[in-house]
Amino acid sequence: MKELVQEVSAQAEQGIATNTLKSTNEQALAAARAARYQVGASNNFGRYLWPSCALILLLAVNLILDASFFTIAYQDGRFYGSLIDILNRCAPVALLAIGMSLVIATGGIDLSVGAVMAIAGAVCANLLLVPEISIFTVIMAGIAVGILAGVINGSLVSYLGIQPIVATLLLMVAGRGVAQLINQGQIVTFQNDAFAFIGVGNWLGLPMPVWLVIGMLLLCQLVLRRTALGLFIEAVGCNASASRYLGINDNGIKLFAYAIAGLCAGLAGMISAADIQGSDANNAGLWLELDAILAVVIGGAALTGGRFSLLLSVVGALIIQTLATTIIVSGLPAKYNLLIKALVILAVLLLQSEKFRNQCKGLFTFNSKGAV
Amino acid sequence: MSLILALKNISKSYPGVKALENVDLQLFSGEVHALLGENGAGKSTLVKVMTGAETKNAGEIIFQNKSHDFASPIAAQQVGISTVYQEVNLLPNLSVAQNLFLGHEPKRFGLIDYRAMVKQAEQLLTRFKLDIDVTADLAKYSVAVQQLIAIARGVAMSAQVLVLDEPTASLDADEVQILFDVMNQLKSEGVAIVFITHFLDQVYQISDRITVLRNGKQVGEYLTAELPRAKLVETMLGKELEHLAGYQEANQTSASAATPETLLAFENVSAKGSIEQFDLEVPKGQAVGLAGLLGSGRTEVCKALFGVDTLSEGSITLAGKKLRLSQPSDAINAGIALCPEDRKTDGIIGPLSIRENIALALQARLGWWRYLSKSKQQALADLYIDKLQIATPDADKPIGQLSGGNQQKVILARWLAIEPTLLVLDEPTRGIDIGAHAEILALIKALCEEGMSLLVTSSELEELVAFANKVVVLRDRKKVTELSGHELTSQHVMQAIAEG
Repeated sequence: MKELVQEVSAQAEQGIATNTLKSTNEQALAAARAARYQVGASNNFGRYLWPSCALILLLAVNLILDASFFTIAYQDGRFYGSLIDILNRCAPVALLAIGMSLVIATGGIDLSVGAVMAIAGAVCANLLLVPEISIFTVIMAGIAVGILAGVINGSLVSYLGIQPIVATLLLMVAGRGVAQLINQGQIVTFQNDAFAFIGVGNWLGLPMPVWLVIGMLLLCQLVLRRTALGLFIEAVGCNASASRYLGINDNGIKLFAYAIAGLCAGLAGMISAADIQGSDANNAGLWLELDAILAVVIGGAALTGGRFSLLLSVVGALIIQTLATTIIVSGLPAKYNLLIKALVILAVLLLQSEKFRNQCKGLFTFNSKGAV
Repeated sequence: MSLILALKNISKSYPGVKALENVDLQLFSGEVHALLGENGAGKSTLVKVMTGAETKNAGEIIFQNKSHDFASPIAAQQVGISTVYQEVNLLPNLSVAQNLFLGHEPKRFGLIDYRAMVKQAEQLLTRFKLDIDVTADLAKYSVAVQQLIAIARGVAMSAQVLVLDEPTASLDADEVQILFDVMNQLKSEGVAIVFITHFLDQVYQISDRITVLRNGKQVGEYLTAELPRAKLVETMLGKELEHLAGYQEANQTSASAATPETLLAFENVSAKGSIEQFDLEVPKGQAVGLAGLLGSGRTEVCKALFGVDTLSEGSITLAGKKLRLSQPSDAINAGIALCPEDRKTDGIIGPLSIRENIALALQARLGWWRYLSKSKQQALADLYIDKLQIATPDADKPIGQLSGGNQQKVILARWLAIEPTLLVLDEPTRGIDIGAHAEILALIKALCEEGMSLLVTSSELEELVAFANKVVVLRDRKKVTELSGHELTSQHVMQAIAEG
């Protein structure tokens, strides 16, 4: 019995010994892996650093200009304050930027999203004038119109091989015309509180457009990062030919990206129609496609396609809106607005460029050497 | 004959690769000097250093008794060293005449004299027996004509040293003869010509002197007349020759032992602008090689098989089933994998990580909804980084930052991950440094031994006969012959390519 116990304990010791050996090995491996992930993390961190810095800097400038900038009041079941305003106002551009991120990631561009907003708004406004149609149908129609427009763009680009900038320019021009036709050249207004809720309503203290952005962001993140779609989009954007050799349906992936951009434009169009309780085919979403592209670029994406980050694109949209607010708060005459916007955005973009930062560093070291 | 250009102790290294180590080269005026070596031996790097496209790490360039350090190809051109690179480096949307005189156009009152340019261009091209419209866009003409025009451009710069990097790769026999006539003429005018080629026949036909490089080192300098052909091949390949010969025998005995069933069969396959009435059989568990010159139809066979080019005639069957191929995913679903010839444009997805590049083919086959989680991708990547010895600190490094050989390994890993029934390798060792070259060959051999069915194209015949059970020789987009068993030697293959 004693022998057996000894034997067992000896075995156990041996086991421990091998285990420790194994565990040191595993520890080394784990450490290597951790280091690996840290490298990845620091890369990601770099991507998020500069856009976030720009946003924080802008907010800080606002705080200097207006000490009450960060105050948020709770009144009548909703929050009020400049920050909430920024969130609310940037919603359409943020939605467009989410869709635009995907299109730009495939190496394309979508100039038509502003016009698609106008179409979606016009369709919804006219449907709301017919009392028999339910609010649910109206909203679905708005979404469907957006997706349809995206599918048209995507088909032109992927299956007919038209340059994205040309293909979407077609709908950018024609889309506004279609919206004007639907509205028969008038501004169509409606009285529908349920629909207006999309634009001016509140839920859990926050404006409805903000929730729509959050919802869309989460939904897209889920669909793109919990399936392989996000990876496929990035692969197609980086190298469409190699993706085809890999067995990825590159045309289908492009079509999907444009369809999502259309869906986002449809939602944004409904927000802006609900906001003014009417559809103005001439002005709804006018030039917003450019803001959306800018938001994606400020978020650090390359127009040549490849990696994308939806969150960073939304940050880009926030930067644009914060900047607009800042200019108003600063009390500068309105005529300076566009120029200042351009200059600040140039600064943000330069800040993001690693090459520029290195050049600045080089300049600095050169100067210090010169001083010595 | 006087020494016109001397390179002394040239060294050049890239991150991780020592491309050149203490290489010397002597060039006399009025001679054709062949620069030989296998792919990755350092020929191109040496030419780039010589012509200012790359800067050397160490050594000296002496041109006409003066030490030079060329900062750019223009600097080298200005003193009289001009280069015609392997790929045609011209502008297809400009006219032939504009291409010929780009950068040094004939001028009149400070403006380009188009009439004189056309006249001079025509004169220049008559030397090459090219009677073409020099005002037409370059893109209108075949690659062979473009190659001749590129060479004419080099000649037009009235160079004292002319470097021709694989000038005959896309030329047919008549055009090669025209080129050689021009070379002889230049030689008599006292121009020194550096001639890089893979065709040994041509070396003996035109060159006076040979410098052989191997693994970035100079093996020796010889007079062509004093170096027998067999000796030349040995110096180029080094020890490898014996090694390959041994392997060859083992291969042939195993091939004759059994007659395995057919896995892949091409029957009378034609595709528009590609192959014509092509028959091919790949037996199960064997490696079949496709040999032929550039443009002979090797790559086109791979493309037809992978659904890149659509068939106009004939059928392809895999394991008894007729394939319908309209896109690569059809071929992949049937169990075919292809490592494409042009790794950069059709293979790697540069900015994405090694992990993603390895996982993508499997992911594409699974479909977008069945997502391989990051940890599964990581496990897959770790497995193959280890198995194929991919040199990288971690799997998150973008594939574009790896060396050519390691990129090729990642692409191999990508396809091994889907466990194909037939693996097609189109020029698997092109543009790869010598170390990785050997590793990839060893890998292919290991796959052969594991019983994987392979279809491999290669312009390096020594390699091909080393592991293939059978080599199919193509010429002018048609099958010329099939070699196996004792007939399968690089000599025979070379003969078949040349003679048909």
